Amino acid sequence: MTSWEYAPAPESREIARLRPSYRMFVGGEFVEGTGEPLKTVNPATEEVLAEVSTASASDVDKAVATARKAQEKVWGRMPGAERAKYIFRIARMIAERGRELAVLESLDNGKPIRESRDVDIPTASAHFFYHAGWADKLDYAGYGPDPQPLGVAGQVIPWNFPLLMASWKIAPALACGNTVVLKPAETTPLTALVLAEIIQQADLPPGVVNILPGAGDVGSTLVNHPGVDKVAFTGSTEVGKSIQSSLAGTGKKLTLELGGKAANIVFDDAPLDQAVEGIVNGIFFNQGHVCCAGSRLLVSESIADELLATLHQRVSTLRVGDPLDKNTDVGAINSGMQLAKIRELVAAGDAEGAERWTSPCPLPERGFFFAPTVFANVSQSMRIAREEIFGPVLSVLTFRTPDEAVAKANNTPYGLSAGIWTEKGSRILWMADRMRAGVVWANTFNRFDPTAPFGGYQESGFGREGGRTGLEAYLNV
Amino acid sequence: MAAAPQATTSGADPTTARAAPPADLADLTRDESTLRRFLYGLPGVDAVGVEARAASLATRSIKKASKLWAIDTAIRMVDLTTLEGADTPGKVRTLAAKARRPDPERPGVPSVAAVCVYPDLVATAVAGLAGSEVGVASVATAFPSGRAALPVKLADVADAVAAGATEVDMVIDRGAFLSGRYGLVFDEITAVRAACGEAHLKVILETGELATYDNVRRASWLALLAGGDFIKTSTGKISPAATLPVTHVMLQAVRDFHARTGQRRGVKAAGGIRNTKEAIRYLVAVHEVAGEEWLTPSLFRFGASSLLNDLLMQRRAQHEGHYSGPDYVTVD
Amino acid sequence: MSEVRLTVAKTYKLYLGGAFPRSESGRSYPVTDQAGAFLANAAQASRKDARDAVVAARKAFGGWSGATAYNRGQVLYRVAELLEGRRDQFIAEVSASEGLKPAVAKSTVDAAIDRWVWYAGWTDKIATVFGAANPVAGPYFSFSVPEPTGVVAVFAPQSSSLLGLVSVLAPVIASGNTCVVVAGEDRPLPAITLSEVLATSDVPGGVVNILTGRTAELAPWLASHADVNALDLGGVAAANRVELEKAAAGTVKRVLRVPVEEPDWTQAPGTGRLRALLETKTVWHPMGA
Repeated sequence: MTSWEYAPAPESREIARLRPSYRMFVGGEFVEGTGEPLKTVNPATEEVLAEVSTASASDVDKAVATARKAQEKVWGRMPGAERAKYIFRIARMIAERGRELAVLESLDNGKPIRESRDVDIPTASAHFFYHAGWADKLDYAGYGPDPQPLGVAGQVIPWNFPLLMASWKIAPALACGNTVVLKPAETTPLTALVLAEIIQQADLPPGVVNILPGAGDVGSTLVNHPGVDKVAFTGSTEVGKSIQSSLAGTGKKLTLELGGKAANIVFDDAPLDQAVEGIVNGIFFNQGHVCCAGSRLLVSESIADELLATLHQRVSTLRVGDPLDKNTDVGAINSGMQLAKIRELVAAGDAEGAERWTSPCPLPERGFFFAPTVFANVSQSMRIAREEIFGPVLSVLTFRTPDEAVAKANNTPYGLSAGIWTEKGSRILWMADRMRAGVVWANTFNRFDPTAPFGGYQESGFGREGGRTGLEAYLNV
Repeated sequence: MAAAPQATTSGADPTTARAAPPADLADLTRDESTLRRFLYGLPGVDAVGVEARAASLATRSIKKASKLWAIDTAIRMVDLTTLEGADTPGKVRTLAAKARRPDPERPGVPSVAAVCVYPDLVATAVAGLAGSEVGVASVATAFPSGRAALPVKLADVADAVAAGATEVDMVIDRGAFLSGRYGLVFDEITAVRAACGEAHLKVILETGELATYDNVRRASWLALLAGGDFIKTSTGKISPAATLPVTHVMLQAVRDFHARTGQRRGVKAAGGIRNTKEAIRYLVAVHEVAGEEWLTPSLFRFGASSLLNDLLMQRRAQHEGHYSGPDYVTVD
Repeated sequence: MSEVRLTVAKTYKLYLGGAFPRSESGRSYPVTDQAGAFLANAAQASRKDARDAVVAARKAFGGWSGATAYNRGQVLYRVAELLEGRRDQFIAEVSASEGLKPAVAKSTVDAAIDRWVWYAGWTDKIATVFGAANPVAGPYFSFSVPEPTGVVAVFAPQSSSLLGLVSVLAPVIASGNTCVVVAGEDRPLPAITLSEVLATSDVPGGVVNILTGRTAELAPWLASHADVNALDLGGVAAANRVELEKAAAGTVKRVLRVPVEEPDWTQAPGTGRLRALLETKTVWHPMGA
C-alpha cells in the first residue's frame, strides 16, 4: 500500500576535497615523513582514500625540538590575550570549513554524516572557542597567581572522534601556553591534517602545533620522548596502562582517558519513550565506538519485558549503511580489526548463554558493518557484561532495588560514565551521588560540552578534559 | 456511509472500525479516582528528550519517488479548513471545489480527506461535495473555547451531524482537565461520541493550553478511552498549535493504545503546518513513532488551509523538474 | 626510701580498622633515637597486615566519604584538639625521633597542629572551590562535584615524623578518602601516638590505618593492590619509585607527583595535595517542564 522509503540522500564526497596524499605537519610546514607511508581506508567501502606520510623516530625528535623552541621562544612568552586570538581564529575556521570536515570525517572514520555534521565538528569548534577565552584568564582559574605551562605536550588520540579528540587535546594545551606534538590514530589521520591546514592558515607561529601521523610505535616514541613534559592519551585501557608504566619515574604529567563499561539504569518510573531514545543513543551513537557508551542496560525487572519489546521495535528502525547518507543512523565499523573484535565478543555472548537479538536491518554488501545487537538475560559474570566491546552491542541486565542497581553499576574496574532514568528527583540525586563514574547523565545520555569536565574514575583514567578543571592537566600546578 | 469518509484504499479498514475498548480498559474508567490513578500512572515525558528526538528526526530527508508518494499522501490527509467568523457559503463552495480537485490542471492529484467548517456551513459543504468521497468535518462543542454547558455542546454536535457532517471535531474542556476533573472531561467526550452517531469523532486536546507533554499524554489517553476515533492537537486558534514534539507524544499514545487493545486510532495535527517540508517531517514522525500502518488518511490528518497549495506547488516541482510559483495554483 | 620509679614502657602497635593489633607476623623492630639509643620496639607489619589495612580502609570508605563535609570538618577539628592535649608528648617524641632541639621540636609540633586545623577547615570548602556549575550550550543543568578518589596508600615522609606525616595525611582524609599509611621507617613513634589520638577522636575506625615496618617491604604490595586507588610515594626512596609506579599502572592508580627530596613542610601547603586525590564527577539533567 505504502511506498515509504528513505531514498539515499548522500552528502557529496566532493565536499571533502579529498587529496591523494597527505603529509605530516611540523614547524608550520607540511613535510614528507620518513616513516613508512600508510594508506587510510574508507571503512564503508574498504577503498583506499589517501596515502599519508608517517613519522619516524627522527621525525618525532624534530617535531619535539621544534615544539620546544616554539614554546620557549614564542608561545610560552606570548601574552595570553594574543594566544587567545589565535585560538579564536582556529575555532572560527573550523566552523567555516565545517561541512568539508564533516564529510571528510565520515569518509575516513565511517560515522554517519548526521553525527559528524551535528556533533563532532561543531563541538570541536566550540572546544577551541571555549579554551581561547581562558588563555588570558588563567590567573582566575583557581590555581594561584600566574600559573605556568608545562612545556611540550605529547598527545595521542583515538579513531572514534578524530577531530573532536584533537580539539580536546590541542585547545587547552594552547590556551595554557604549551606547544603540542599530536599523533592522530592510524586509521583516521585526515581531519587532523586538515586542522593542521587551518592552523597554518590561522598563522599560528610555526612549531606550536605539530601533527605526526603514524601507528602505535610513533605514539610510543612520542610519549616516551625525553623532550616531552606532558603526556595526554585517549584510547584503550590496555595502552593507557602501558603508557603509565613506561612513564614511571619520568615525572611527566600524565592524563589518561580510557575505556568504560557504563551502566544505563532504567527505573520503573522512567520517562520510557525518552529512556528508549537514551538507550539507543547511549549504545548506537557512533556505532558504539564511544568510551562512555551505555553498553550495559540495567533495567528494573518489573518493566524489563515491556522495555525490551519497545527497544527492539525502536532499534529495528535504525538505518545502517552509507555514512554519507543523511538518513543513516549507524555507519561503518572503523576497521576490519575492530569488526573482528566485536564479532569475537558477540560469539562469546552466544557461548555464555545470553539471548541475542539482532536488528533485521539490511547491511551493505561491502564495508565493515555490524547490525545493532541486543543481548538479554546477561549476567554480571559474562564477558559481554565486563569487557568493553566498543561496538553496537548492548547487554541487558536487570535489578530489583536501587541498592542492587548501584552495586551492579559500580561492579566494574571502569568508571567513566553512567545513566539514570527515573522521574523521581530525589532518586536521581541519590543515584548520581553513588555512581563511581566521572560523568552521570540523568534522563539523558552522551551529552558533551567544553564547559563540562569529562573523564574517568579508576581504570577509566585520570585527569579531566573541559571546564576549569580541565586546565589543570596543562598547567604546572 | 460508515466511519471512513475519506478517499482511502479499497475495502473497509478494520483499524478504524468502531469497537468498544477492551474490558480491562473499560474498568479503568469506572470512576474518577480509578481514571485519575491510571492517567497519573502513565510514564512521564521528558520535555528535552522528546524535543531532541523530534528535532533529530526532522533532519531525515526523503527523495524522488518517496517524496512524490509522500506529497500525494499528505494531500489525501488534508482536512481543508476554514474556521473564520467571516466564512460565507461562497467561501465554503470554493473550498469544496478545491477539495474535490485540488489541481484542476492535473487530474492525477488526489482529493483531500475532508473539508472542515463550522456547523452552520456543513450543509453548504455537503452540497458542494456531493458525489465525491471527500468528507465533511465540522467543529462543534462550542469551538474553539468549549466554554458552554453540555446540552449546548450536544446540540451543536447534533446540528452538525443532522446537516450531514461525517466527522465531528470536538474540543475538550481544558478548564476541567487542568483542574483535575478528568471524569467530567471523560463523560463529556462519551456524550459527544453518542451524539455523533455514525460520524467520526476527533477530539481536540488544544495542546497549547495543556502546556506540558505529561498533560498531552494524559489527555490523549483520556480521549482514546472515551472513544475518540482521532486525537487532534489544536483548534488553530491558540498558539502554539501543532508542534512536532507534541505530535510525537500523541503518536506514542495511539501506538501504545494499539499495543494494549489491538485498535488503531488516528492523530490529526492541526494549525501552523504551512509547507511541504514541515508536512513531510510530520509524516516521518508518523512513520517512525507510530509505524507505517498509520501513513493513511484514515489514521493521520493535517488540519490546514495554506498547506495544500504548497503541496501542490512541490508536486509540480517534483513532476516537472522546475520550481513552481504561487500564481500557478489557485487561491481559494 | 628511694623515690626512683620504673616507668611503664609503652608497646607500640599497628593501627588497623580502629584497633591496635600486633603484626600478624609477630615481628617487631627496634626504634632508636638520633643518638642510637633504644626507644621502643615497633611492630613490623607484613604484607598480610597491609592487605588487612586495605580491607579496613575500603570498608570505611562508604561511611567516611558519605559523611557530610561539615561532619568531617568537626571530626578533624576534634583531632586537632586532642593533638593539642598531647602536645608535650609529641614534642618529646618528635625531639627524640628527629633529634631536634626542644624549641624546634615545639614549633614543629605546633605547626603540625595548625596544619591539621587548616585541613579541618577545608572539608566543606572543597566542593565550592573545586566544583562547578557548567554553563553548557543546551537545555541541561550540569554541575561538577569533586569526590574522593577512594583508598589511598600513603608512604609517609622519612624525616619529618609528625609535621610531614600530618601534611600528607590530613589532605587525604579531609576530602573523604580513606588510607593506609606506612609510617616513616626509622621514626615511627609519633605516627603511632597520632594513631592513638585518632582512635580516641571521632575518626571512624578504618579511615586511617597506620602500619609501621619496612617501607621497601610493604610498598610493592600496596602499589600493586587492585583495591588501592592512589599512591603517595613521598616516603619511598627515589630509586624504588619507578618500579612502584609501574605496578600502580596495572590498575591505573593515581600517583601523586611528589618531589624527590622531602620538602620544607613548614611552607604553606597550597591545594595541590587536596586536588590530587579528588575525582570530578559531572552530572547532567535536562531542564524542561
